[in-house]
Amino acid sequence: MKKLKPMLLLAISIIAFSSCSSVKAYEKMKLNDAEMELSARKAEKFEQNFQLYREGSSGANGGKSGGGCGCN
Amino acid sequence: MKYISLTIVALYLGIIASFAQSIKKDSIPYEKRKLKFEQVDLVNSYYHQEGNNSAVTGGVGTEKLTDLSNTFDLKLSKYDKKGRKHTYNFELGVDTYTSASSDNIDPSTVTSASYADVRVYPSLSWDIANEQKGKSIGFSISSSAEYDYTSIGAGLSFAKSSKDKNTEFSAKIQAFLDTWKVILPIELRPDNDGGVGYLQNESAPRNSFSAAFSLSQVINKNLQALIMVEPGYQTGLLATRYQRVYFTNNTVRAEFLPSERIKLPIGARVNYFLGDHIVLRSFLRYYKDNWDINSQTAEIETSIKLSSFASISPFYRYYQQSESKYFAAYGLHTISQEFYSSDYDLSKFHSDYFGAGIRFAPPAGVLGISRLSTIELRYGHYNRSNGLNSNIISMNLRFK
Repeated sequence: MKKLKPMLLLAISIIAFSSCSSVKAYEKMKLNDAEMELSARKAEKFEQNFQLYREGSSGANGGKSGGGCGCN
Repeated sequence: MKYISLTIVALYLGIIASFAQSIKKDSIPYEKRKLKFEQVDLVNSYYHQEGNNSAVTGGVGTEKLTDLSNTFDLKLSKYDKKGRKHTYNFELGVDTYTSASSDNIDPSTVTSASYADVRVYPSLSWDIANEQKGKSIGFSISSSAEYDYTSIGAGLSFAKSSKDKNTEFSAKIQAFLDTWKVILPIELRPDNDGGVGYLQNESAPRNSFSAAFSLSQVINKNLQALIMVEPGYQTGLLATRYQRVYFTNNTVRAEFLPSERIKLPIGARVNYFLGDHIVLRSFLRYYKDNWDINSQTAEIETSIKLSSFASISPFYRYYQQSESKYFAAYGLHTISQEFYSSDYDLSKFHSDYFGAGIRFAPPAGVLGISRLSTIELRYGHYNRSNGLNSNIISMNLRFK
């Protein structure tokens, strides 16, 4: 849990100290960058799968939520 | 294995060869090109794990496993008369794995059917988007099949974005109807020594239902975030019947778990473009279920742009979970317990996962192949506090 706190604080700080403004389409050059996508990368697909199988929790990450046994 | 590897190589070469010849666009009348090719993604990965808490042998013994995974993902689109964009996705996945622990279901067979298996999983999705109104609706179907397990899935999704496209809400419901041909450890066949639960060769259902709701928001020119809630419900055979549990009185039974599980994960992503060359990608998740597992996940990735078309992305993920109330180690369950498992995936542990990815997307195409728009390689090392460790290497080739 100790390791989680700094990351959580970082995420909250970024949101808290940034003003939520209406961004025009022509101002979205950086937001439209492929690295800025709010989803896991395609290449992460199988990483998410093994984490789903090797850990007791799943979901809310855009990955697989069911289907297949994952029993190996 | 050799046949599958050769098939994948042939598929690669076939695609590269087909794209090597440029299409003379002007020679094809516009009205005949109703369906537009968007992209093909080929994702391959090699995964290897080592550990000494195999559930097949009651929480002791090798967990050595190797998995080779490949998916082919084709995206096509077209516009209809009303100006709505129809996007079609076809995906075909093939996994081949070898598992030393599975071979201990019946140790007398040196290479039993469960030792090596192939999983094939095709899926199809159709998305209709009204770009002017910012609305979309989608449908999906999927299936998967392996030696003792089949699955059929379906999903329905909806998304609505604000006029300025800075806010988007989406909802998705999914159902998976799975069937498991029950396999018991060799010494417990055919009746689990009088124990409870599904028996050898019986057909058992496992159904999973989930609903995912997400809200994404552009916060400023450099920052955007997403929050997602995805409650899930599972019913049917949730235990893995060929996993052994040893009790304090030295008897052995097949794993037995409740037939229902309710899950509640809440996740958030925050991405920030720092300066002109660095993108910070973060993911946080809190998870709780009615088997008493609580977990927290935190992940951060720093994507450093080496040039306009190349980036390197080191990442770190920390995960911790509490122990399920049904878990106990080898020989610690009492025979009077209603449910029991010695599967260390349900135990208390924390894990570290770190590695790096590298991505090339040159405007002229990778290696001069104009259609090969992106290549991405990733390596990750996973350490679990109870001794399991693994390595994974993945590659994504994108053709446009």
